[in-house]
Amino acid sequence: MIELDKVAYSYGGGELLSDISLTVQPGSFHFLTGPSGAGKTTFLKLMYGDLLATAGQVRLSGVDTRTMSRDQIALARRKIGVVPQNSQFLDHLSVADNVALPLQVAGRDATEAQADLEQLLSWVGLSSHRDAFPPELSGGERQRVALARAVMMSPDVILADEPTGNIDWEMSQRILKLLVELNKMGKTVMIATHDLTMIRASKAQVQARVLRIANRRLQLAGADL
Amino acid sequence: MKATTLAMALMVGDPHSDRVVPPTGFTAQLTSFTSAAMAFLACFALALSVSSGRLADRWAQELSQSLTIRISAPGDQLAVQTQAALAVLETTPGIEEARPLDADEQRALLAPWFGQSLPIEELPVPQLIDVIEASDADLDVDGLRLRLQAEAPGAVIDDHSRWRRPLVQAAQRLRGLSALSLILITGAMAAMVTLAAHAALSANRSVIEVLRQVGARDDYIAKAFVRRFTLRALGGAAVGTIAGMIAVALMPSSEATAGFLTDLGFRGLGWLLPATIPILAGIVAFAATRFAALRTLRTMA
Ligand SMILES: Nc1ncnc2c1ncn2[C@@H]1O[C@H](COP(=O)(O)OP(=O)(O)O)[C@@H](O)[C@H]1O
Ligand SMILES: [Mg+2]
Repeated sequence: MIELDKVAYSYGGGELLSDISLTVQPGSFHFLTGPSGAGKTTFLKLMYGDLLATAGQVRLSGVDTRTMSRDQIALARRKIGVVPQNSQFLDHLSVADNVALPLQVAGRDATEAQADLEQLLSWVGLSSHRDAFPPELSGGERQRVALARAVMMSPDVILADEPTGNIDWEMSQRILKLLVELNKMGKTVMIATHDLTMIRASKAQVQARVLRIANRRLQLAGADL
Repeated sequence: MKATTLAMALMVGDPHSDRVVPPTGFTAQLTSFTSAAMAFLACFALALSVSSGRLADRWAQELSQSLTIRISAPGDQLAVQTQAALAVLETTPGIEEARPLDADEQRALLAPWFGQSLPIEELPVPQLIDVIEASDADLDVDGLRLRLQAEAPGAVIDDHSRWRRPLVQAAQRLRGLSALSLILITGAMAAMVTLAAHAALSANRSVIEVLRQVGARDDYIAKAFVRRFTLRALGGAAVGTIAGMIAVALMPSSEATAGFLTDLGFRGLGWLLPATIPILAGIVAFAATRFAALRTLRTMA
């Protein structure tokens, strides 16, 4: 469970985010929206300990991220799957090796998880690309590799930052469907997006809460979407 | 302790862990090359240190710890000057024992030339005083010579191989300098590996970000770099050491002249010494890279 308690964040100038409180319940599905530059990426980074709150507390399983050691944050990150805004990969490793990277980094034996890996690649529709290298992939394929990598460690929480940015509608729908499937499997999902059509499209598939960052605060968006 | 950590990192550690860092090409080759060059130099410095040390020891051993004072004076003066010289010797620091040779001993010394029946008491033979230097104190021979001149003008100091003393000092100095060179080479090696590691870390910033993202601990990331640089340094140094050993072995040797130049090299088990060079290079690379990596990772947000 992730809890934000009167969180504020500033990159050094004025506060970008102020007085934000939120409890993300296990199994919930959230959209995080707001205009570009509102602080959605910053918000997600606070949630997985990449940034530390300048005021208030972000608690992962009850522990304030500011009191966690670097190692503890690394360990916590293995339970939170992140699909970053501009996914980076290790370009010298194959798609399959990139998806398996979280396992390797955690010191797990990748051969034991071979079946999981193949299943995951087939789930995101990239089995035929398993031996390709990331620079050879299209935007939509990269996003799906990133999603597979985020799910590899069976995390409880999945944070996706603009997962449908720069890709066509059809592919966006496909990725949204995958995220909804994960939520149906009991995982907590939060998607940051400025794309309201995607939020509308999700309504038929999942019961989602829509949060909006406006004027540095977090609001619950209503039926006006 | 360092050595076991090193062995652990190389052997027990995930042999694929450095696969996550892309091949670093140029930096890697530079690391190997510099290690090889440093090891080659270290090999020579080591040979020089060992050889000059050996030379210093041998020459020091040959330095005799004794000297002889010869007193020549007209008959009635001889005994007086001998007593005076003994008195001077008694108050000179650094002398363990001073003993005038008696007639029988002097006769024995001269016997090879004049036969046993030499009437030594009646001949103007100089009186000899055998002086044994104390091993723990330094004898000031020049000072002694001056004092003897004043008290016993007929006394002459014959100090055997004292001329060699500066040579021994030079050899000892050379040993010290080559040891210092070894230390400097080690330091240069550490500095070079640190620079190379920094370059590799900066060049792989995005790789590090990805690893962080998927939950890699600093230790894991550092290890990937450390493993690579340690193996490089180890390999390069092994090649450089072997080349250095061959070069040293090919130095012409000549036991007969026992000169310094022809004496450069290792003897017997001494040939095992250079084997420590690659190991040292590995340890240095390991420590330098690990230190550089962990410090850099801590500053990379
Ligand atoms: N590392 C940073 N240093 C300083 N300012 C930053 C940094 N990252 C983002 N910002 C600024 O913070 C604001 C919010 O950024 P971001 O969280 O990426 O917004 P969003 O994801 O909603 O578009 C932007 O004005 C951006 O310029
Ligand atoms: Mg963003």
